[in-house]
Amino acid sequence: MTNSLNDILITMANITEKISKLFPQAVIEGDTTPVVTIPNAQWHDLALALRDDADIRMDYLITITGMDWTDRLGAIYYLMSTTYNKIIGVKVIAEGDRQQPWIYSAADVWKVATLFEREVFDFLGIIFVNNPDMRRLFLSIDWVGYPLRKDYDQNPELNPVSTESERQTDFTDVYTLDENGKIVKNEVRVFEKDDFVVNIGPQHPATHGVLRFRTAVDGETVKKIDVYCGYIHRGIEKLCENLTYPQTLHFMDRMDYFSAHNYHHALCMLYEKAAGIEISRRAQVIRVMMDELSRIASHCLFIGTYCMDLGATTMLFYALRVREQILDIMEKTCGARMTFNYECIGGVMQDLAPDFRADVKALLEVLPRNIKEYNDVFTGNVIARNRMEGVGVLSREDAIAYAVTGPSGRASGWACDMRKLQPYSIYAELDFEEVTATEGDSMARFKCRMREIEESAKILAQLVDNIPDGEYCVKVPKVIKLPAGQWFQVTEGCRGAFGLYLESDGSTKPYRLHIAPPCLPQAAVVDHLTRGQKIADLITIGGSLDYIVPDIDR
Amino acid sequence: MQDLSFITSWIDSSFRSIMPGWLSTTVECLLIGVGLLLVYALLALFYIYYERKLCAAFQCRLGPNRVGPWGLLQSFADMFKMLIKEIIHLDHIDRFLFALAPYLVIIASMLAFAVLPWGNGLQIIDFNIGIFFLIAVSSIGVLGILLAGWSSNNKFTLIGSLRSGAQMVSYELSIGLSVITMVCLAGTMSVGGIVEEQADLWFIFKGHIPAIIAFVIYMIAGTAETNRGPFDLPEAESELTAGYHTEYSGMHFGFFYLAEYLNLFIVSGVATLLFFGGWMPLHIPGLDGFNHIMDYIPSVVWFIGKAILLSFVIIWFKWTFPRLRIDQLLSLEWKYLLPINLVNLVLMVLIIVYDLHF
Amino acid sequence: MEVTTKSMPYEAWKDNEYIEKLVKELQDAGTNIVVGSLDKLINWGRSNSIWPLTFATSCCGIEFVSLGAARFDMARFGWEVARSSPRQADFMMVAGTIVNRMVPVFRRLYDQLAEPKYVIACGSCAISGGPFRKSYHVAKGIEDIVPVDVFVPGCPPRPEAMIYGIMQLSRKIKVERFFGGVNRQESQKEFLAAHPVEGVND
Repeated sequence: MTNSLNDILITMANITEKISKLFPQAVIEGDTTPVVTIPNAQWHDLALALRDDADIRMDYLITITGMDWTDRLGAIYYLMSTTYNKIIGVKVIAEGDRQQPWIYSAADVWKVATLFEREVFDFLGIIFVNNPDMRRLFLSIDWVGYPLRKDYDQNPELNPVSTESERQTDFTDVYTLDENGKIVKNEVRVFEKDDFVVNIGPQHPATHGVLRFRTAVDGETVKKIDVYCGYIHRGIEKLCENLTYPQTLHFMDRMDYFSAHNYHHALCMLYEKAAGIEISRRAQVIRVMMDELSRIASHCLFIGTYCMDLGATTMLFYALRVREQILDIMEKTCGARMTFNYECIGGVMQDLAPDFRADVKALLEVLPRNIKEYNDVFTGNVIARNRMEGVGVLSREDAIAYAVTGPSGRASGWACDMRKLQPYSIYAELDFEEVTATEGDSMARFKCRMREIEESAKILAQLVDNIPDGEYCVKVPKVIKLPAGQWFQVTEGCRGAFGLYLESDGSTKPYRLHIAPPCLPQAAVVDHLTRGQKIADLITIGGSLDYIVPDIDR
Repeated sequence: MQDLSFITSWIDSSFRSIMPGWLSTTVECLLIGVGLLLVYALLALFYIYYERKLCAAFQCRLGPNRVGPWGLLQSFADMFKMLIKEIIHLDHIDRFLFALAPYLVIIASMLAFAVLPWGNGLQIIDFNIGIFFLIAVSSIGVLGILLAGWSSNNKFTLIGSLRSGAQMVSYELSIGLSVITMVCLAGTMSVGGIVEEQADLWFIFKGHIPAIIAFVIYMIAGTAETNRGPFDLPEAESELTAGYHTEYSGMHFGFFYLAEYLNLFIVSGVATLLFFGGWMPLHIPGLDGFNHIMDYIPSVVWFIGKAILLSFVIIWFKWTFPRLRIDQLLSLEWKYLLPINLVNLVLMVLIIVYDLHF
Repeated sequence: MEVTTKSMPYEAWKDNEYIEKLVKELQDAGTNIVVGSLDKLINWGRSNSIWPLTFATSCCGIEFVSLGAARFDMARFGWEVARSSPRQADFMMVAGTIVNRMVPVFRRLYDQLAEPKYVIACGSCAISGGPFRKSYHVAKGIEDIVPVDVFVPGCPPRPEAMIYGIMQLSRKIKVERFFGGVNRQESQKEFLAAHPVEGVND
C-alpha cells in the first residue's frame, strides 16, 4: 500500500513547502527529518492541518518529547505520514513561565496524544490545555518536582521512599483557558459515582508485570478502564543525562528485556549516525541476526504467556523450549541469558562463538516443527478460537490514531514495519515479507506473531551462511563526543516502532535522550478495546497486545 | 467376586459380643468416621501428587522427585506445612460465614463419600435413593463457595463466587439429567442396585449410544462442577488471582485445596458407578475364563482404579484446553448440553421400552 | 550439625560457616527431645514445601518463569505451586526493581503473606537498586522495606542461582525452632517494630 502511494512521489520538500505556505510563521530546519518550529498559538491549527491536509497526512504521532532548554520549556512532536512514509518533527515552545508553562493539547487530533502529553506533564510540568486527562502518569500525585527539568532537586528527602499507600483520587484534572486567557483547573470524575470499580494490578498475574487497571465493571462487563503506570518507572531518561554515551547503552537491555538486542542496536546506530562512525558489514550482519533471534525468542514467550493467560498452561512450556534454545545460542556468544550488553558503539563486543552457525541451523530446523505443534495444540482449538476471534477488534484507523505499532498494528492492516518503511542496517537488502492481517482481533494479533517467527527464520536462513569476514568492531575514540545537534530515529523492536530522540550539546553526555517505547501506546489502547467486553476479554486483549511493563514505564 | 461384607459383619458381631448394642453402634460410627477421614486425607494427598506428576509429564518436565522416593512425600510435606501455617484473621468480614465456608465445602464432599460403592459389600450406607442423595449433598458445596466469596469482602472473591454459583447451578442440571438417563437404564436409584445391574455388562456398553452421549456430557459437566480447567473460571488465576478463596490462608485454604481434588475423585467415582460398573470387574459375555481371572482382582482395586483412570481424563482436559469465558460457559450448558441431554433421555427411554440395549 | 536439603551433599554448599553459626545460635542450649523431634517434623514439612508468590516486576521475573519451565523445572523440589494470592504463599521472590510507587504495594503484599513468611531478594535491583541506584524513583534495596532472608546476586541471576538461593532458604528453615528458643522470627518482629506501616495490626 505504502509502496504504490509512494510512487506519487510526495517528497519531503513538497511537504515543507506546503507547511510554510499554510503557516508562514513556521521555521523549518533540516531536510531528511525536518523540524518545524511553530508558536503555541498556531500549534493546534497546524496539528489539524498536518493530519488532514491531503498532501501531508501526518496521521501517526510517534512520540512527544518534552524538552527543557533551561531558558524555556517545550515539546517536540514527531509525526509520521502513513500514506507518504515521511517523518517530521514539530517543536512547540511552551507559553508562560516555569511555574506554569503551557501548550495547546493535540489530544483531539491524535488520540494517543492524551497519554503522551500526560507523560510530558509528569516529567516537565508542561500543562496541556484542553487535554481531557491531565494527571501525572508515572509518578504519584504527591510527587514534588518534575524530574526531567534540569533544575530538578534529586534530594531523596523531598520524595522519600514510603511504605504508606499513596494518596488516590477519583478525579482527574482538565485545564482550560478562560476568556481572559488564564488557565483554569477543572476537576472531572474518572468513574461514575456508583460504578463498581475493581482494582486489577499492580500485583496481578495477568497484567504481565506491574501495570494497574482500575476497572469499572457491570457484572462481568467492563465499562471503563483507567490505566495506572509507573510501578516500575526507573527514570532511565534522567539517568542517561548523567552518564557518558557508552554507559547509557546498558539501560536498553533492561526496558523491553525481550528486545534487548534490538534496542541496543537502535541506540548504537543513533550514536554512530551522530558521530559519523561507519561500522563493518560483519558487525551489521551479526547485529541483524541477533535482532531476529531475539524476535523469535520474544514471540515464543508471547505465545507461551498468552496461552497461559487464556488458561492453557502447557503451551508455555512448549514455547519456552524454543526460547531456551535461542538463549543458549546467545549465551555462547554474549555470555548472558538475558541482559546481553552485546552491541557497542562501532560494532559488537565479542566475535561470534565458533559454533554459532551450527546452532542457528539447528534452530531453523526445529522451528517449523514447533510452530506446527503450537498450531495443533492451541490455534486450532475450538475454545481458543472462541476466546480470541472477534475479541478486541482494532480498526486500522484506530491503530494509527492510537499509534499501536508492531505485530498488533499490523494485525489491523496497518503496514507499520519500520524495517520496511525506514530501512536501517542491512534490512533493505534482505528478502522477507511484512506480515499483515485485516481482522484486527486478538486472533489476528496472535497469528501475526506466529507468522513473524517464520519471517525472522527466513532472514536468519539468508544470513547464516553469508556472514562476511572482517572486523566485528571498528576502532572508535576512547571518549565519545557527539557534535551538538538533534537526531531522531525509528527502528523496529519486537513489539513495534521504537523511537529514539537524542539532543546533544557537544559534550560526552547526552543533553536529552528520549525513548519512545512501542508499549506505551498499547497500554493506552486497552481502554478503547475492552469497553463492553467481558472481564476475561480484558486478559485476552491485554495479552494479545503483548506489552512489557518496564518498557512502558522506563 | 468376593463379598467383603463379611469383614464388616465380623467386626460388628465381635463388637456386639463385648459391649451393649448402643455402645457398639456408637463405636462403629466413630470408627467409620475416622476411617473415612483417613481415606479422605490419603486420597487427597495421592491426588495432589498424581496431578502434579501428570501435569509435569504433559509439560515435558519431571515433577516432584526430591522429597522422599520419587517425590512421593511431597504432598505430605505440603500438608504438614499447611496445617501449621497461620490462619489470617481479617477485619471487616463476616467472621462466622468466613470460617464456616471451607467446612461446608469439605462436608459436602465428605457426605458424598458415604454412598460411593467402594467395593463389594464395602459401602457405608446403601439406601434406595443413594444416587439422589449423592447429587443432593454435592450441591451443598456451591453454598460454601458462595459464602466464601461473599464473606471475604473482596471484589475478586465476589466475582469468583458468583461465577461459581452460576456455573454450578447450571451444570448440575446436566449432571442430574445424565444421571437420570442412567437411572432409567438401571431401574433403581440405589447405588448397590445400580452396581448389581452391571454384573454382566457395564452400562456404557449396555446402553450404547445414549449411554455414551450421557457419559460425555457427564464428564463435561463433572469437570465444570469441580471447577477445574477448562471450566476453572471461579478461581481463574489470570483473571481473579485465586478467585473465591483469595483471602483464605493456612488450613482453611487447605480445605478448599483438598476439596477440589476430592471432588475430582467423587466425579470420577460417580462416573465409574454409572457407566463403568462401580466395583464390578470387566466381564465380557461369553469369555468365561477371562471373566474368572478378572474376578480375582479385588473389588476395591477395581473401583479406585477405574476412578483414577477417569480422573486422568479430567486432568488431561485441564492441562490441554484454554479456559472458557463465562458467557461461552453458560451458553455451552443451556444451548447445547441441556437440549442434547433431554433428547438423549428420550432416546434412552425408547431404547429401554423397545428393549434395544444389550 | 550438618544441615542440608534436597539430598545435596553438605560439601556442595558454599557458605557452611553461616549456617553453622546459625545452628549454634539457635540450638546451642539443647532442647527437649519431644519438642525437638516435633520441631524436626514441622521443619521437614516447611522446608520441603515452600510455595512462591507470583511476584515479578521486571527482567528477573522472566528468569523466574524460566526456572519453572521444563529445563530447570523447580517442580522437582516442590516449588511449582506458585500462588497468586499472598495469603497462600510462603515466600516472595522479589524479582526485579522496586520503585517508590511500588514500595507501599510491595510492603502490603509482604504483610499479607501468612506466617511463616520469607523473602528472597533476587537480582541486583532488589538487593541495592542495581544499575538504577542513582535514580530518583528507585528504592535502594528492599532491605529497608522488609526483612530479607536470602540474597541472590545477578542481573538477572541465572535460574541455577535461583535454585541455589531457594535451597539456602530451605536450609535456613530447617534449623528454625517452632516451639520457643531464639528464632529468626524474633529478628523479624524487631524489624517490623522498627518499620511500622499504618493500618497493619500486627
